[in-house]
Amino acid sequence: MLNLFKIKGQKKEEAANTNGRPPAKKQSPGELRLHKDIAELNLPKKTNITFPNGKDDLMNIEITLRPDEGYYVGGAFVFTLQVPPTYPHEPPKVKCTTKVYHPNIDLDGNVCLNILREDWKPVLNINTIVYGLNLLFIQPNDEDPLNHDAAAVLRDDPQKFRRNVQTAMSGGYVDRVHFPRCK
Amino acid sequence: MSSPDEDPPTEPERWRDLDMLLSRPGNLVHADFNPSPGLRDSLGSLVEVLVVGAGGLGCELLKDLALSGFKNIHVIDMDTIDVSNLNRQFLFRVQDVGKSKAEVAAKRVMERVSGVNIVPHFCRIEDKEIEFYSQFSIIVLGLDSIEARSYINSVACGFLEYDSDDKPIPETLKPMVDGGTEGFKGHARVIIPGTTPCFECNIWLFPPQVKFPLCTLAETPRTAAHCIEYAHLIKWNEALKRAELFGISGVTYSFTQGVVKNIIPAIASTNAIVSAACALEALKLISGCSKTVSNYLTLETLNMVLFEVHYFSLTICRYNGLDGTHINVSEFAREKDCLVCGPGTLIELGTSTTLSEFIKMLEEHPKLLMSRASVTHEGDNLYMQAPEVLEQMTRPNLGVPMFELLKGAARTTVHVTGMAENNGKKVSSLRKLRVTFKGVEESSKMDESS
Repeated sequence: MLNLFKIKGQKKEEAANTNGRPPAKKQSPGELRLHKDIAELNLPKKTNITFPNGKDDLMNIEITLRPDEGYYVGGAFVFTLQVPPTYPHEPPKVKCTTKVYHPNIDLDGNVCLNILREDWKPVLNINTIVYGLNLLFIQPNDEDPLNHDAAAVLRDDPQKFRRNVQTAMSGGYVDRVHFPRCK
Repeated sequence: MSSPDEDPPTEPERWRDLDMLLSRPGNLVHADFNPSPGLRDSLGSLVEVLVVGAGGLGCELLKDLALSGFKNIHVIDMDTIDVSNLNRQFLFRVQDVGKSKAEVAAKRVMERVSGVNIVPHFCRIEDKEIEFYSQFSIIVLGLDSIEARSYINSVACGFLEYDSDDKPIPETLKPMVDGGTEGFKGHARVIIPGTTPCFECNIWLFPPQVKFPLCTLAETPRTAAHCIEYAHLIKWNEALKRAELFGISGVTYSFTQGVVKNIIPAIASTNAIVSAACALEALKLISGCSKTVSNYLTLETLNMVLFEVHYFSLTICRYNGLDGTHINVSEFAREKDCLVCGPGTLIELGTSTTLSEFIKMLEEHPKLLMSRASVTHEGDNLYMQAPEVLEQMTRPNLGVPMFELLKGAARTTVHVTGMAENNGKKVSSLRKLRVTFKGVEESSKMDESS
């Protein structure tokens, strides 16, 4: 309980120590939670993580996935994770910066993964996202397409889909769209 | 203001009711309350109030606080006045469109209530030094975002210090009154850091935002909301290109959200009621003219009749204008280990203790028993156990004394994460530590004052 009596005391105290401690930079609860997530990361094999802005900015993350099974074996796919100050109440914004032929990732790098949007829960973390993204490459899903053409090929002609993925990853054209090499 | 239809009340008349509150004893007053006619003057001369936000709630708050005897008020808002604000942000006029909300609001209230001094700050809350916030006795929030509330909460709680028995030190208290409205709904809550729950203690109360699957938006939209979200999310780049093509600046994500948000109706009377409740809480907190807030723990015993007469004896009150006015009160509990307002674990170090010795101490500390600790201090990651890239970057710190890593502060807050024991099981934990150094005086104060 604060009242006028105590405020008088406060004013006196302030006058006595003209300058208290130097003001400290605040670490938001979101940053602290992220710190914990990062310190406990347990990434899949051959997954690489970097922090483009150095060791003290964990809010911007770059992750390179190298799937070890499925259609995309041998490829390397870079994702950026931008963690909002409201983390973990809001999920990180995830973009795929490698142009990829994939039913659930469009050509602008938008990713359709349920835990990144409608199914995000504050108990999830960076590790879950990495595993979720990894799963997208092991089991691309033709039911929730973002790249409609790729999804149709996957559904109707898996062999052709496999060839298209290989062409795209080697740096070629699929349906007149050019994909840079990402092996 | 522009059309003064009646003369403002004469000075003694205006303060009659406030003087009655402050000069008479009562059953609900705080134990230290000393009723006297001079209390209103002290209120005006000693207390500095910060109002955060000069929008719908902020305008009401400034007026209410000024008329409740507060004479030194600061207001901070980064926004400028938009024509759509004028229906409810009653301090603004058509000719004010485009000007700073804080500056215009301050000027208008000062014109109307003599003797009041309002200092406007036309900037973001994050732009102010932490030190700026320390001058205020109380902070009143009229905000519309969780993010901004969370920020102010962490700043205000950051001033709080605990003694060696983990009791809050009263002189370091920075109470907050938080108002919020959305349509017919609103809330007013009192946050006394260390005593009542802080904003972060029950941030989980906020309902999650409704989000649609991206593929639904792109491929199989079914509702009107899906179509709007599609434009907002997926066609966003086209909006940027269009702005560029026509040479229009200012198409930013936050501005777009502002445009979209204005569609939610804001209701003037909701703002007025919530603001009145907030101003009253602020007055009671500061003057002690009602002992409400210190009696926080006995709230549950109050009955409905008391609610109606003295609803303000409660910590949180909600008002719902849709089904008639309905005020309800919930008593929230503090989060014991809250990282923002909790005391944390006190640890004393020698000035030569190195980071690796410190990490070892955490393993043996009876209250922590934390193994594999990663350490962070005010945004500096001192040591990270994983991932490898960060471990390598922070490894050189291990041999450095903590006193040096913490920049020679006599006492400071450090956060650690690692595996700690909880009910006999090792679980991953994030803990707040109050680190002090043996034999180090609060040096900087002495140096600067001499």
